[in-house]
Amino acid sequence: MKFPSPSSIDSVVAITGLSRRFGAKIALDDVSLYVPKGGVFGLVGENGAGKTTLIKHILGLLRAETGTVQVFGHNPVASPVEVLGRIGYLSELPDLPGWMRVAELLRYMKAFYPKWDTAYAAQMLDQFGLNPAQRLGTLSKGQTAKAGLLVAQAHRPDLLLLDEPSSGLDPLVRRDILEAVIRTVADEGRTVFFSSHLLEEIERVSDHVAMVHHGKIVFCGPLDEIKAQHRRLVLSFENTQAKPPVITGALNVSGLGKEWTVICKNTQNGFAAAATQLGARVVGESAPSFNEIFVAHAASSAA
Amino acid sequence: MQIHITSSDGVPIYIQIVNQVKHLVASGRLAPGEEIPPIRTLAEMLVVNPNTVARAYLELERAGIVTKRHGTGTYVAETKPTLSRREKLKALTPRVDALLVEAGQLDLALDEVMALLQERNEIIYKEATK
Repeated sequence: MKFPSPSSIDSVVAITGLSRRFGAKIALDDVSLYVPKGGVFGLVGENGAGKTTLIKHILGLLRAETGTVQVFGHNPVASPVEVLGRIGYLSELPDLPGWMRVAELLRYMKAFYPKWDTAYAAQMLDQFGLNPAQRLGTLSKGQTAKAGLLVAQAHRPDLLLLDEPSSGLDPLVRRDILEAVIRTVADEGRTVFFSSHLLEEIERVSDHVAMVHHGKIVFCGPLDEIKAQHRRLVLSFENTQAKPPVITGALNVSGLGKEWTVICKNTQNGFAAAATQLGARVVGESAPSFNEIFVAHAASSAA
Repeated sequence: MQIHITSSDGVPIYIQIVNQVKHLVASGRLAPGEEIPPIRTLAEMLVVNPNTVARAYLELERAGIVTKRHGTGTYVAETKPTLSRREKLKALTPRVDALLVEAGQLDLALDEVMALLQERNEIIYKEATK
């Protein structure tokens, strides 16, 4: 099946109308997103928002109950060889067999991937400071992540899929992971999809971002556009406000006394008028950080 | 060429790169004709998306700050950018406004601000004219 949307043509991953339930819990609710080729796509969301469930659908570990998932134009459940051979995957906790040595892991993984690059694997082994003779069970958390990263990219995958790769890791290992992301996209045509809680990391390396909240996509698009769509306004009231003022169109209101900071969407044209009606003046306007946009949306849909 | 990226305010990363390169050129820390790092190298150094660096370089090229020589690299332009006087003043106006507002809140008179501008000008350009 071909997708009607023009944005799907250059998409590495195309998901339309995907819903998923686990018992009574709705894990994904009518999710549609396209991951463009050759960029970094950052997925953000709180714990339990549905990020890992989404990634499992891309890997074909879960079958789409409602909606469709296409990776490189294939259904990952029906065509696992075509899809998984071109993906490199690193999870939050790489599940590596503890009795195996690092060198054995490389030989083992190589058998699965015809495009495995032995020289590149050796180069990363050296760069990451991993000892080939060491057993995987005795590696530190950071070394385990590096070993996982090595086997995820030694076959130079067309799509590098990272599920919260930086959780609980020190800044040096996180930097290795981010450099791998950068190297992947710097090589013509390759794509990275990664989920993270670390919004600063997402902001630094992503071209496109999506936020999932309670299983729904809250926003999805180029990072610059998402940022340009939001404003941070400072309102000054004549009188002290005991409670946060309720303003139509505001995603999040925070402050104290007479001055309050509001995060809202640019599209809210009547916003200044709504503020004036409440007896407030707009005294400051600036661009919010990605972090503020995330918090505003999470707080807004929780209410 | 040292550039520092911050995510604490809403300024897009490519604009941070553009502004800092402009500053390095204006203050003489980057000389005319000097090569600036390839996109990929700077992206790995700053740990930012290569597309973001590419966009910053494109902006700098459009503004006449750098020139791309085919197949070799990107260099600081030999000639100063050719903006009209009006465009130049327009580009500076928002920053002058911000400066004046802050000076007003600190109870500084206009001639004190002017004196500070003079003083900083001598310090910054002393290096460049050597």
